[in-house]
Amino acid sequence: MLGKEVSTTDEFVKGLWRENPVFVQVLGMCPALAVSNTAINALTMGLATTFVLLMSGICVSALRNFIPREARIVSFICIIASFVTAVDYIIQAISLELSRSLGAFIALIVVNCLILGRAEAFASKNKLTRSVLDALGMGVGFTVALLWIGVVREILGSGSLFGVALFPDGFQTWTVMVLPSGGFFAMAMWLLLVNWLKERQARAEKLTQEATS
Amino acid sequence: MNTPGPVLRPATSAWSMYRAIVGIGALCALLIVTVYQTTAARIRENQARFLALAVAEVLPAAQSTVAVELSAEGRLAAAGEAPALPVFLGYSADGELVGAVVTAQGMGYQDNIRVLYAYSFELDAIVGFKVLDSKETPGLGDKVEKEPHFIANFERLDATLTPDGNALLNPIVTVKQGEKEEPWQLDGITGATITSEAIGEILNDSANTWAPVLERDSSAFASSEPTEEQ
Repeated sequence: MLGKEVSTTDEFVKGLWRENPVFVQVLGMCPALAVSNTAINALTMGLATTFVLLMSGICVSALRNFIPREARIVSFICIIASFVTAVDYIIQAISLELSRSLGAFIALIVVNCLILGRAEAFASKNKLTRSVLDALGMGVGFTVALLWIGVVREILGSGSLFGVALFPDGFQTWTVMVLPSGGFFAMAMWLLLVNWLKERQARAEKLTQEATS
Repeated sequence: MNTPGPVLRPATSAWSMYRAIVGIGALCALLIVTVYQTTAARIRENQARFLALAVAEVLPAAQSTVAVELSAEGRLAAAGEAPALPVFLGYSADGELVGAVVTAQGMGYQDNIRVLYAYSFELDAIVGFKVLDSKETPGLGDKVEKEPHFIANFERLDATLTPDGNALLNPIVTVKQGEKEEPWQLDGITGATITSEAIGEILNDSANTWAPVLERDSSAFASSEPTEEQ
C-alpha cells in the first residue's frame, strides 16, 4: 500500500481479509498451529494476542519519536514482553484451567512475529489512531483465523465445539486432528479455500474492469 | 510518483539512546510489578481453590482436611508453609479419620506429571485419583485423565503393606490394557503406554513412602481437631 492514501476504516478492515495475518501474511504460525486444537484455546490465544498487539501498538506509536532507530528492536521487544507477562498473570487470575491448557504458548506470544512485525512496519511510522485501528484489525483477523482452525480441529478431533459434545455416543473421533499434524491439515484446508476465493474475486474484478472500459 | 532519494539521518546521540532504553525499561518494570501485585492474591486464591476442589473430588467422604508433612525425623507433623507436594488427612463431619490425600509427582512422556490420590485406611488401597498438572500429548497421553477403564483402576487399587509395615507388599505396576489380574495392577492404555506406566511408577514410589508413615502416625492425628474447613 506504499504511496497510496488509505482511509482510516481501511486500516481496520485490511487485517480481516485482504492482509489477514494468518491466511495471507502467514505470520504467527507457531500459535496458529499449536494451540488451535480446541475452539476455546484458539479464542483465548487470539484474544491474548490481540491485547498484546493493541497495547504494544499504542506504546510504540506514542513513543515513536522518542525511540531512536538504533534502539528500536530492544525497545519494541521490551514493551511486547512486558505486556505478554501481564497477560500471563491476568489469564492465571481469570482461570487456572485456561492457563494450564494454553501452557507455554502464552509466554511465546513474545516471539510471535506478527506483533513485532506490526510494531516495526506500522506502529513505529504511524499516528496513534491509525496504529490502534491497524492493531485491532490484525488482532481480530488473527483471532478469527485461529478460531476457524480451532473449530474444524475440535469438531473432527474431539467431536465437540466449545466443549459441548456434538455427536451421539459412538462417534469415532479423528484423533489426528487434535495432534500437531492436524494443525497442518486444518491450516492447509483453510489456506486452499481462502486462496481459491481470493483468486475468484480477483478474476471477477478483472472481468468487470474489462466490461466497463 | 517520485522515487524517494536516500535519507540523511542525523547521528543519534548516546543520551537519546540511554533515555529511550532506560525509560522504556523503567515503564515496563512498573507495568509488570503493578499487574503482578494486583493479580497475585487472585492467583493464589485460584490455586488454593483448585487444590481444594481436587481434594474433595478424590476423597468425597472428607468434610475437613488437615495438611501434614514428613518431619526431619521421618514422622508425620502438621505442615508449615505451603509445601510443593501437599499431603492432607481427611476427616468426616464427626471428626473421624476417613483417609489421606497425597500429591505425587514424576516424569511422564513430555514433562513432569503431578497427581493427587486418595488413600483409604480402612481398605488399605488407593481409592481416588486425579491429574493436577500434565503436558502429555492431547488425544493420546491425556487419556489417563479421561479413559473410563483407566479411571476404574482407582475404585480400589490395592496398597497393602508388608507385615512389618515399612513398604508396599506388592508393587503398584501398570500392565498392558486388558491384562490386569491382581488388585495392585493398573490396567494400562494402548496409545498412552508411557504415560500410563509413568502413573503406575509415580503411585508406587509415592505410596511406598507415604502409606507406611500414614498407617503408623495418622492415628495420633485422629484425635486432634481438624483446622481447615472445606
